[in-house]
Amino acid sequence: MTMRIYAIAVFLFLYVPIGIIVLFSFNAGRHASELRGLSVQWYGKALSNAFVGDAFFTSLTIALSVAVLSSLMGTTAALALQRMKGKMRVLFDGLIYVSVMVPGIVIGIATLVALVTVFDFLNPLLAALWPEGIKPPKLSMGYASVIAAHTLFTMSLVIILVRARIAGMDRALIEASMDLYATPWRTFYQVTLPQIYPAILAGFLLSFTFSFDDFIISFFVAGANTTLPIYIFASIRRGITPEVNAIGTMVLAASLFLLMATQFLLRNKKNRGTSE
Amino acid sequence: MSVQSSNTQEIDIEFRAVSKRFEDVVAVENVSLTVARGAFFSFLGPSGCGKTTSLRLIAGFDQPTEGEVFIGGNSVVGVPSHKRPVNMVFQQYALFPHMDVAANIGYGLRQRNPKPGKADITKRVDETLEMVRLGGYGKRKVWELSGGQQQRVALARALINRPTCLLLDEPLAALDRKLRREMQIELQTLQRDVGITFILVTHDQEEALSMSDTICIMREGKIIQSGSPRELYDEPVSKYVADFVGKTNFFSGEVVDSNGSSVSVKSVSGQVFVGLQAKGAVPLAKKSKASIAVRPEMISISAADETTQNSDIVIQGRVMNRIFLGEHSEYLIATEGFGDVLVLTPKVLESHSKGFAPGDQVSISWGPEAALVLGDT
Ligand SMILES: Nc1ncnc2c1ncn2[C@@H]1O[C@H](COP(=O)(O)OP(=O)(O)OP(=O)(O)O)[C@@H](O)[C@H]1O
Ligand SMILES: [Mg+2]
Repeated sequence: MTMRIYAIAVFLFLYVPIGIIVLFSFNAGRHASELRGLSVQWYGKALSNAFVGDAFFTSLTIALSVAVLSSLMGTTAALALQRMKGKMRVLFDGLIYVSVMVPGIVIGIATLVALVTVFDFLNPLLAALWPEGIKPPKLSMGYASVIAAHTLFTMSLVIILVRARIAGMDRALIEASMDLYATPWRTFYQVTLPQIYPAILAGFLLSFTFSFDDFIISFFVAGANTTLPIYIFASIRRGITPEVNAIGTMVLAASLFLLMATQFLLRNKKNRGTSE
Repeated sequence: MSVQSSNTQEIDIEFRAVSKRFEDVVAVENVSLTVARGAFFSFLGPSGCGKTTSLRLIAGFDQPTEGEVFIGGNSVVGVPSHKRPVNMVFQQYALFPHMDVAANIGYGLRQRNPKPGKADITKRVDETLEMVRLGGYGKRKVWELSGGQQQRVALARALINRPTCLLLDEPLAALDRKLRREMQIELQTLQRDVGITFILVTHDQEEALSMSDTICIMREGKIIQSGSPRELYDEPVSKYVADFVGKTNFFSGEVVDSNGSSVSVKSVSGQVFVGLQAKGAVPLAKKSKASIAVRPEMISISAADETTQNSDIVIQGRVMNRIFLGEHSEYLIATEGFGDVLVLTPKVLESHSKGFAPGDQVSISWGPEAALVLGDT
């Protein structure tokens, strides 16, 4: 009985704040703190706000790029790691797990410091090397730096997911394919890829969700760009409006949808695997 | 040790002094052998003796550490498996789970360069499905099939490519006894029909004996003996082979006399047995440990008071157990000084006497030709 009360308390603690945000996003009144009837007007406000729209597209562009890059690089890294043997492999495996555990704030600061240092070194060099008369390019914080910082983190997620999938795969399938005259490349896309794609897809979706939601890392390295979480943070400082709640609820719904899609894909594939 | 499965026919697969080491494990050690084209050849041996490794060396999944493998007279050292004209049926079948039955079977054809036309592939897939008696199963998912059906799909997937040689790694191990028996017969018929060399790996001696032309018995990576099932049964070169192929009674002792092929062995209880040594066996020195092997069907059984003629050895005993096997009866006889002895009597011989019952005093005997002397290795 006490266990049950405890469990209920924990769940309330976790979900009541979220529930309140969702509830207040339907607030008809203009203050976040008092509920005056229900309406969807704040959703309309949020969707027609140009700043929100810009921030949303910035976030979307970054998240998509991160997802594509980290699934590509993560998958190839996982495949390469699978072939590695001995101490090097243990070392790389360890480093990957460590990189997943590094707090976002550390990644943010580290990437910022690293990029600033590199830019400070490269920019004068580029300026010196560039032909007279044409304005030399100037490297600075922006899309690329956010994408790089996010990918750094999410790539490890993809590697871990794909590695687990490859490890669970029957090695004889690859040999069977080679035995049936398929070249290594054809074996890869006819057998290996169909076997591991659920993991790649899950990695893609997780990377997307992570990048889209991330505030800390983006805050450090986004430069002048405003992502959706940064926009929300900025507007909260002017006071919590039902509009912010509406944005939050929409992001929450989209994230939940993606997470559930991931789970569904992973489980579906697993069921098929065991019923063989 | 070198083995010739047939000298007159064309050679399909050949090992020349092949060894395969994994770090500190020697999986295959200095093996030389030849397999004639169209033969049904088996590797037989206990778990871990290097059977699968030998097969993988032919398929090209592993490369020999030393020595050379030849397929159709050409050395295949360094040739990757997708360029070798052999196909394998895997122990766990290794069917592609994301493809249906027809796609699995047509896989090998689709990798060919030039690729056969779609209609041609469909036609050959259907033919092959018929051949393994799975007509109409093309659209099924592979994981919906029963073990025996999956096994046939695996077989069809390999056979459709018309390889010169088919490699089978314990293809029937996952099937139940009855189905296994059926598939053994089917495999044998199929092999005769298609005329492809079959190389089978098994640790089931019955399977090897009933299916193969040539059996190669392995132990710890080495070939112990190789020959036709008959040769292995009648003339095993060591206790290990005799024990592996069929049932045998062993009486161990020490060599006291040896003149060419006939060897006398004195058992612990003092009885002297005389037996022959198989042709290929290592000669036994005096005082070395040896065993006398007598097959259960070579021993005759009679009532204790009956006199037996033409017998070298007569031992008294008591019937412990009798198992009726239809055609035969199998007796377990407890003897003094020689342990329990297994005797197999055909039904026709005991029809007049209805056989013996547990508790009966009997004497068992065998003639001079029945006993084999084997080194204890
Ligand atoms: N990839 C490998 N790495 C290390 N050792 C191996 C490898 N493959 C096989 N071995 C070793 O080589 C020896 C022979 O193995 P192999 O698989 O050929 O045995 P087997 O006769 O097929 O046995 P089973 O009947 O159990 O399948 C074993 O001791 C095994 O542990
Ligand atoms: Mg094996």
